[in-house]
Amino acid sequence: MNIHEYQAKQLLAQYGVNVPYEIPAKSLAEVHPAAEKIAASGSAKIVVKSQIHAGGRGKGTFKSGFQGGVKVTSSVDEAVSVAEQMLGQTLVTKQTGADGRRVQTLLLAAGAKIKKEFYLAVLLNRETSRPLIMASTEGGMDIEEVAEKHPEKICKETIDPAVGIMPYQARKVAAALGLKGDLFNAGVKLITGVYNTWWECDASMVELNPLAIVELADGKETVMALDAKISLDDNALYRHKNIMEMRDLNEEAPLEIEASKFNLNYIKLDGSIACLVNGAGLAMATMDIIQHFGGNPANFLDVGGGASKEQVTAAFKIILSDPNVKGIMVNIFGGIMDCNVIATGIVAAVKETHLNIPLVVRLEGNNVAAGKKTLAESGVAIINGDSMADAAQKIVKAVAR
Amino acid sequence: MSILVKSNTKVLVQGITGSFGAKHAQLSIDYGTAIVAGVTPGKGGQFFEHGVKKVPIYDTVAEAVKQSGATASAVFVPPPFAADAILEGADAGLDLVVAITEGIPVRDMVRVKRALQGNTKTRLIGPNCPGIVTPGEGKDSHGGCRIGIAPGYIHKKGNIGVVSRSGTLTYEAVWQLTSRGVGQSTCVGIGGDPVNGTSHLDVIKLFNADPETTGIIMIGEIGGSAEEEAAEWIKQHCKKPVAGFIAGATAPPGRRMGHAGAIVSGGKGTAAAKIAAFKDAGIGIAVTPSEMADTLLKMM
Repeated sequence: MNIHEYQAKQLLAQYGVNVPYEIPAKSLAEVHPAAEKIAASGSAKIVVKSQIHAGGRGKGTFKSGFQGGVKVTSSVDEAVSVAEQMLGQTLVTKQTGADGRRVQTLLLAAGAKIKKEFYLAVLLNRETSRPLIMASTEGGMDIEEVAEKHPEKICKETIDPAVGIMPYQARKVAAALGLKGDLFNAGVKLITGVYNTWWECDASMVELNPLAIVELADGKETVMALDAKISLDDNALYRHKNIMEMRDLNEEAPLEIEASKFNLNYIKLDGSIACLVNGAGLAMATMDIIQHFGGNPANFLDVGGGASKEQVTAAFKIILSDPNVKGIMVNIFGGIMDCNVIATGIVAAVKETHLNIPLVVRLEGNNVAAGKKTLAESGVAIINGDSMADAAQKIVKAVAR
Repeated sequence: MSILVKSNTKVLVQGITGSFGAKHAQLSIDYGTAIVAGVTPGKGGQFFEHGVKKVPIYDTVAEAVKQSGATASAVFVPPPFAADAILEGADAGLDLVVAITEGIPVRDMVRVKRALQGNTKTRLIGPNCPGIVTPGEGKDSHGGCRIGIAPGYIHKKGNIGVVSRSGTLTYEAVWQLTSRGVGQSTCVGIGGDPVNGTSHLDVIKLFNADPETTGIIMIGEIGGSAEEEAAEWIKQHCKKPVAGFIAGATAPPGRRMGHAGAIVSGGKGTAAAKIAAFKDAGIGIAVTPSEMADTLLKMM
């Protein structure tokens, strides 16, 4: 699960990480008082930041034509005027896709005088199955690019899960970033806090880009998380009620939300051939084989181990709600699951949804003969696939007509 | 011969009284697996009954091992308690713990893996896996050892080793082999999670050393680098032909495709990279899942 920048910073602040003075605003009515508070705190600049679960906001463009999802303003009036152009509008960035994302929350932040930008992240290293702190002096940039062109500028520190983060490790990272004096100690506290956020919140990734050295109003310098991105381990949400409440349905595809209500694992893509499969690996392979034979998969859909009549019907309805879908491939390997039960469910779903696009069904496994008989005698148009390859070729052909 | 489990391996089931554990304990018993004990805290002294079989239930794995002589466990415990169940199995000195549970938090598995580091007695397979099957000699391969949730009847006793992150893709490969009259030595599902107890390479090393395994099918998917690691070793050391399939070439980056570990992150873990590693290692590549068995058989 992803959360917004302002929520990520709220979590980080709880673990002692220095973040800017900032206030979220969910309506224009909230913008003015927020901007006033920030101005009153002594900040010369008020930064207005669109909150969406995607990066590239600064360089993005609103569908209305307004440029930039992050704006630095010099007055309350300017902040309000900019907010009016952002709230409720759709922002398109390199990461949102052409459809963009509707901005429903803004984050108003005290503008900081940035002296230097770094990159800091905590994630799981899959090769060692241990937490990894990654830090780089090249902040504000695409870290993958840095990793490719300047790997020597990335510091990596592995945490032993049996020991937890030791102060000397945070000091190693602070030193790698070139922090000195008071900044060194402030950095150690911040790095430790970022790691603790990751561990305690069951995060998949905590990313600060940039982490920055900023100059405060009194001329002193400190380190601060200017931007933050946190994604959480879905499997652990059950033990983080406060984080579960941060879920923003506006950021999830409506069909995916609908599918989760039926315990269907569904991911919308943008092709024209839908698939319905049991098992995640087989579902991925089904998407792949559709493309292999020249088609374009419309979705990933894993009905899991128990595809009841209700679930199959719900799955069909969700699939058919996608206007791009011109054909469906059902691919089921009935292990414990009875193929005839699936077949009965498919026939019911076809009838209930008045299906009028090509449907190819490939069944294999437990009681497959009875299942195929049910489909053949159903009275509805169902094309039989003899193998996965055969089924994929047939649906691609049927849709192309 | 097989690897890891034999027809007579004694198996206990942690979570035998839950509906999922109970159902698959019944199916394993029907298959001929020696299910000798169950463990559900608080239900020690009761029995799990299936047909004429009466399986004693214990409060702890240690007690179950002491009384039944079980050396392997199937963990069918819900996610919040599964990591604990795994470590309890290791603490009781089991040879093998097969964790079926899907949904264990990553942090819990990070701790489990760390706790098991250096433990040469207990091997963990999974979590989020379909389990392990060594087919038997009876009808529909009955008489073998089935730990987990795989359909027993698709198997056939023979000489091909199968190792996979995906359950249903394993069944596809196994069924293709069986349909061609080619049997399997052992089929191992290592599971779809990002942190697991046993990797592709761990299993392939065992297959390589098993005199009865003459060929290997390896099924992978996007996310992580386990397939690349295995491919590199196979290139240098594997004496037996290996064919493989990688799922997820069409998966969009940054999305978890069902399995918690099936995600392309920061440009890493792509299907293309894994297929390239397979090619470089001389692993036969099945372009579609329909060709997994044939790809291997052509190499043999």
